Amino acid sequence: MLSKLKLHGGAELLFDGVKNHHVTLPGQSDPWDMKQLLAWIRGNMLKERPELFMQGDTVRPGILVLINDADWELMGELEYQLQDQDNVVFISTLHGG
Amino acid sequence: MCQVEEDYNGLESELNNLCCMKCKEGTAVLIIRVNDSFCRSCFKEYFIHKFRAMLGKNRVIFLQEKVLLAVSGGAASCSMLSQVQEGLSREAPKKLRFVPGIIYIDDGGACGRSAEERQRSNALLKSIFTETGFTYFIVSLEQVFSLPTSVLVPGTSDPDPSNPSYKQAVDQYIKEKQTLTEENVASAVAQLSIEDSAYSPEHKLALERLFSSMKTLTAKEDMLQTLRSHLILHIARENGYSKVMMGDSCSRLAVKLLSNIALGRGAALASDTGFSDPRYGDVVIVRPMRDYSSKEIAFYSRMFNVPSVFISGLDTQTHDKTSIQRLTESFVTNLQSDFPSTVSTIYRTSEKLHTVMPPQSQTAEPASKCLLCLCTLDTKVDKASAFHATLVSEQLSQIKLQDPSLDAPAQSAEQCCTEGQGCGPGGCCSSNRLPSHQDLKTLLCYSCRLTIKDMVATNTLPPYIITEAEKRQKRSQMKMEISEYLLEDDEED
Repeated sequence: MLSKLKLHGGAELLFDGVKNHHVTLPGQSDPWDMKQLLAWIRGNMLKERPELFMQGDTVRPGILVLINDADWELMGELEYQLQDQDNVVFISTLHGG
Repeated sequence: MCQVEEDYNGLESELNNLCCMKCKEGTAVLIIRVNDSFCRSCFKEYFIHKFRAMLGKNRVIFLQEKVLLAVSGGAASCSMLSQVQEGLSREAPKKLRFVPGIIYIDDGGACGRSAEERQRSNALLKSIFTETGFTYFIVSLEQVFSLPTSVLVPGTSDPDPSNPSYKQAVDQYIKEKQTLTEENVASAVAQLSIEDSAYSPEHKLALERLFSSMKTLTAKEDMLQTLRSHLILHIARENGYSKVMMGDSCSRLAVKLLSNIALGRGAALASDTGFSDPRYGDVVIVRPMRDYSSKEIAFYSRMFNVPSVFISGLDTQTHDKTSIQRLTESFVTNLQSDFPSTVSTIYRTSEKLHTVMPPQSQTAEPASKCLLCLCTLDTKVDKASAFHATLVSEQLSQIKLQDPSLDAPAQSAEQCCTEGQGCGPGGCCSSNRLPSHQDLKTLLCYSCRLTIKDMVATNTLPPYIITEAEKRQKRSQMKMEISEYLLEDDEED
């Protein structure tokens, strides 16, 4: 399943400065949800300092998530099930990265 | 009709159809505060309206006034810039009417960024600024070493007889509207934009030395803030700008409020976090973005493509506990995620704060203002105060040390006066004495004292601060000496 990840506001510093990522998530029987996506990002893409991006299961407070240009709170946050070609944007609103 | 579902178990489709609470038609794309969902167009309207309402409610920006926009490259200040652009454009029903300029301070030297990085971000910002067509200034922080001492003296706001009140100013403008033509506006805009990002290597070294002489990140951030505001003030004064707009958002101001209390700046809270900050006298700092939460700003700049540049600062990617400001930010942000009314509560509290003017400051002598932050000195209190108690305990714990190796070059000058009693704490009449911590302390407010205390060597401060400190010290010394000849009995310490 293809997905486009974008990072803004300083969050890209944790991903080697690359703002746009096209990721292919490995296929699995159940559809991917945001919780699994975040765990996958933490395992495969975060090069350093995971605590600056995630806190437990969810993103660190201060990092906003947009799915297809809409607030993820409207979509169910972690329970939202990803569809093919979904656009996920992470925007950091904090000073420190 | 729309339905709002309480539980989410796999019912995302219902949530996706959540309606905008304003127009009740469009699909909602974001939620702000707790339950307010907006669609795209309603959000844009809401955002723009808030900006104008903030300016209109406070009525401090007069017509045709020159206003400097302080842009740091981040989302909030770039949104402010785009709002100003939007407001000044012809299509807006009620145009904003003032003359904007943009200033960006390149503080890469203090944050340890390389010259190429700085050039790159300067170039990106320059392209954003030229798009707007406003006059812009790109200044590097190293310029702080060539500032004049007049920066530290609050100017007087001239009560211009031709512009006494806002209403009268509007009436006058409407009368004069005939004379304003296209050419006037175009010529104002085509003024020479300054990109003064060049800096000399000595200044760069001096800046690095200044920041490395501070031990904690808290003090560094504080000093950076102070130097930045001095530089902005200088540029504003030099170019005739009477107002400066800062892009502090609601969330940032809430963090700033709490961290200022922790830093000891409680006395200046109202001016530090309020809408307008009159401490500099002739130049007033306004904060039109103070009603927007970080979420609203981030969404707006994402959805409507506001160009911004992320520039890493002193505390980027640092651990939570590296500085007071950083810790407060993490505290407030974490609390906000569980209790969504945290930031707005803090914001409402800050709106209720007012400065109490002590009677003596009505004379407005420069000596009664802090040397660095130019707020009224809060340390001239009587003996039965908490502040005095901290001074006493500090003295008691320092029985042996009296400014030891910090003034090595100036030690020979300490025997300048023949009378030991005539001198203040450390000598007065030698001209090449560098101010020690003791000297500077009397000129600073409580929190600036703490910042300076953190410095290993105060001689790394920029020359304008040192010169002004000496001047004030001499003046107060002179005053003390003259007071001996006055008829009233003065107890000398």
